[in-house]
Amino acid sequence: MTVPIAILLDGVLYAAVLFLLAAGLTLVYGVMRILNIAHGSLYALGAYTGTALVLAYLSTGGPEPLMYLALLAGAVLAGSIVGPLVERLLLRPIYAREEVVQLLVTFSLFLILEDVMKLVWGVQPYYVAKPYAYLGTVTIAGVRYAWYQLLLIAVALATGVLVVAAIRGTRIGRMIIAVTADREISTTLGINVARLFTLAFTAGAILAALGGALVAPLIAVAPGISVEAIVLAFAVVVIGGLGSLEGAALGALIVGVTRAAAVYLLPEAELATVYLIMVAVLLFRPRGLFGELEMRRI
Amino acid sequence: MIRSATVRVRGVSLVAAMALAIAAGADRAAAQSKPAELKVGVVSFLSGAAAVFGVPSKNAAEWLIDKYNKEGGIGGVRIRPIYIDEAGGAEKQVSEFRRLVLDEKVDLVIGYISSADCLAVAPVAEELRVLTVLFDCGTNRIFEDNKYRYVFRTKAHQALDSVAAAKYVLSIKPDVKTIAGINQDYAWGRDSWDTFRRAMQKLKPDVQVTAELWPKLLAGEYSAEISRLLTAKPDVIHSSFWNGDIVGFVKQGAPRGLFSQSLVVLSAGEHMLQDVGKDMPEGVIVGARGDHWFLHNATDPLHKEFVDGYRARYGRYPIYPSYHMYQAVAGVKAAFEKAIKDGGGAWPKVDAVIKAFEGIEYRVPPGRTMTVRSDHNGIEPAIMGITKQVPQYPFAILDRIRVFPQAEVNPPLGVKTNDWIDSWKK
Repeated sequence: MTVPIAILLDGVLYAAVLFLLAAGLTLVYGVMRILNIAHGSLYALGAYTGTALVLAYLSTGGPEPLMYLALLAGAVLAGSIVGPLVERLLLRPIYAREEVVQLLVTFSLFLILEDVMKLVWGVQPYYVAKPYAYLGTVTIAGVRYAWYQLLLIAVALATGVLVVAAIRGTRIGRMIIAVTADREISTTLGINVARLFTLAFTAGAILAALGGALVAPLIAVAPGISVEAIVLAFAVVVIGGLGSLEGAALGALIVGVTRAAAVYLLPEAELATVYLIMVAVLLFRPRGLFGELEMRRI
Repeated sequence: MIRSATVRVRGVSLVAAMALAIAAGADRAAAQSKPAELKVGVVSFLSGAAAVFGVPSKNAAEWLIDKYNKEGGIGGVRIRPIYIDEAGGAEKQVSEFRRLVLDEKVDLVIGYISSADCLAVAPVAEELRVLTVLFDCGTNRIFEDNKYRYVFRTKAHQALDSVAAAKYVLSIKPDVKTIAGINQDYAWGRDSWDTFRRAMQKLKPDVQVTAELWPKLLAGEYSAEISRLLTAKPDVIHSSFWNGDIVGFVKQGAPRGLFSQSLVVLSAGEHMLQDVGKDMPEGVIVGARGDHWFLHNATDPLHKEFVDGYRARYGRYPIYPSYHMYQAVAGVKAAFEKAIKDGGGAWPKVDAVIKAFEGIEYRVPPGRTMTVRSDHNGIEPAIMGITKQVPQYPFAILDRIRVFPQAEVNPPLGVKTNDWIDSWKK
């Protein structure tokens, strides 16, 4: 009986992609209470820079396994350059403003970055397939899978564990928790809130770009991927509970496995699965699976 | 004071205009009313995922309009294009259309890749009485379910791709027993699969459908779908995917052996060959949504001029949306010129252009006659081929090409697609 195994495996594979998409979004919201619509653009930017670096690297004729380093370097570079710039120039002036303004600013940033990427890379799909095909395939329950897909599961797991460990187990992480709980008291305790915000946003940007770079070998990097990314990431994060990494992981798993089940058992419904889950979860837990009631702060 | 002054000015200009008109009448009424330029709204996707079609079609418009203008325009009148982005949805396109007509005062509009936009704009074109030439959208519903006076489409509808795909599959693999489909879950994917399946089962009634998959448009990740197709092991897999979705499907499916296990048909695959490059597996059936393939009939002077000119200017070979745009711009020129001729040299009114457009025949790349029938819809031949990697090109080209003449892949005039397929013998 291969179908249940295939559903589970395909579900987890897709969940890994979804988690990589959503982790940065939920982190930034958890720390800064900003819903970053431009998260999708940072994802696309990572996909473009990762692909560009891999292509540039491969054209030098260096040893092929090192292309994975080029892929990661592209993402880290994109995130760590654009992240601090955006936080300093665009977000810092609007922290005190109402959420609508923040949404509008990140949405405009989304539109701007979309056009910038079109100016730089054009409209034709940007293309590199080698990182996906290079590792070869493995047959599980009679179905061939690419090793790269399994690698993505490992990377997604590692990312999740690392981010949680960094927040719970390091000094900076504990300061971030303090700032999240109360910005003003944290300031009086001598925590440099502004610097922490830059750090948190940059981490979110790098995570977004990393997601893009890692998914890039599977897809066509072309205009439009940022929209798809932000819509999916948003759905996953809402299901899991805004701001919760565990929630994002669980949300990704639920969406991934349900979609895979739909492909096997009820393909007609595939399109609707993500949103049906979202509706079902929000009906019973309006703050998502791991969302917490926010106490009034006055 | 001011008011009477205005009246006086108006009166003076009225007299002047009348005098001019009389003078013109003495000369040649029509020659005088020839406009300084022909303003054409050109609408295609310049942003978003469909820009891979939109930009190559805009390029073709740019190239061809420049060429016509260098040659003297249409009947001595220069064409002035106004390019508009099709992104934003049907409602936005309806307001853009109104703006083009009412504010920009365009003489006609050429445009629309999305079937939803075509269906939304057509009734507005009718209401505003503006000649509108649909250049790329594929839905058969537009002229099968409605009648429009001001709207034309200078290409065939989607039945062509699906019917040609079915016929080609049967010629390559006559013993096909099982088919499966993976198509984007919206009108284009649904209609394409429906027509392909209908045609296959009509031509070979014992063909079984083993899977019908409906991923979201631009889903990008197809692991589960590919696993399902690998377990279902159909003889033939049909996909009308377009854009990056083809790239993703090929990238993820090829290493997992999908393309060697089943015969895959990409009914609109031609426009992605240059992007997938050397990673495109061999032996995949690819359609070109017409006979739009730069190596088909390559020595024809009209085709060669287009391919060489386009490549020199944009660095790539034209793809089918570029050819579709060519057919639209050339169709407008042909209709205006025919109307001018029929009117004894006078600049034609829109009614005369419409009359000329119905049933018009004109030359287009790859060096054949384009026919727009009296139902305002174009018919085209189709080509299908199988991918093959060759050293001369950095991407797969089409091998074992078969050309399907117009009558084989377009329903007869006035017959709906499904009725036509159901009426086939055998």
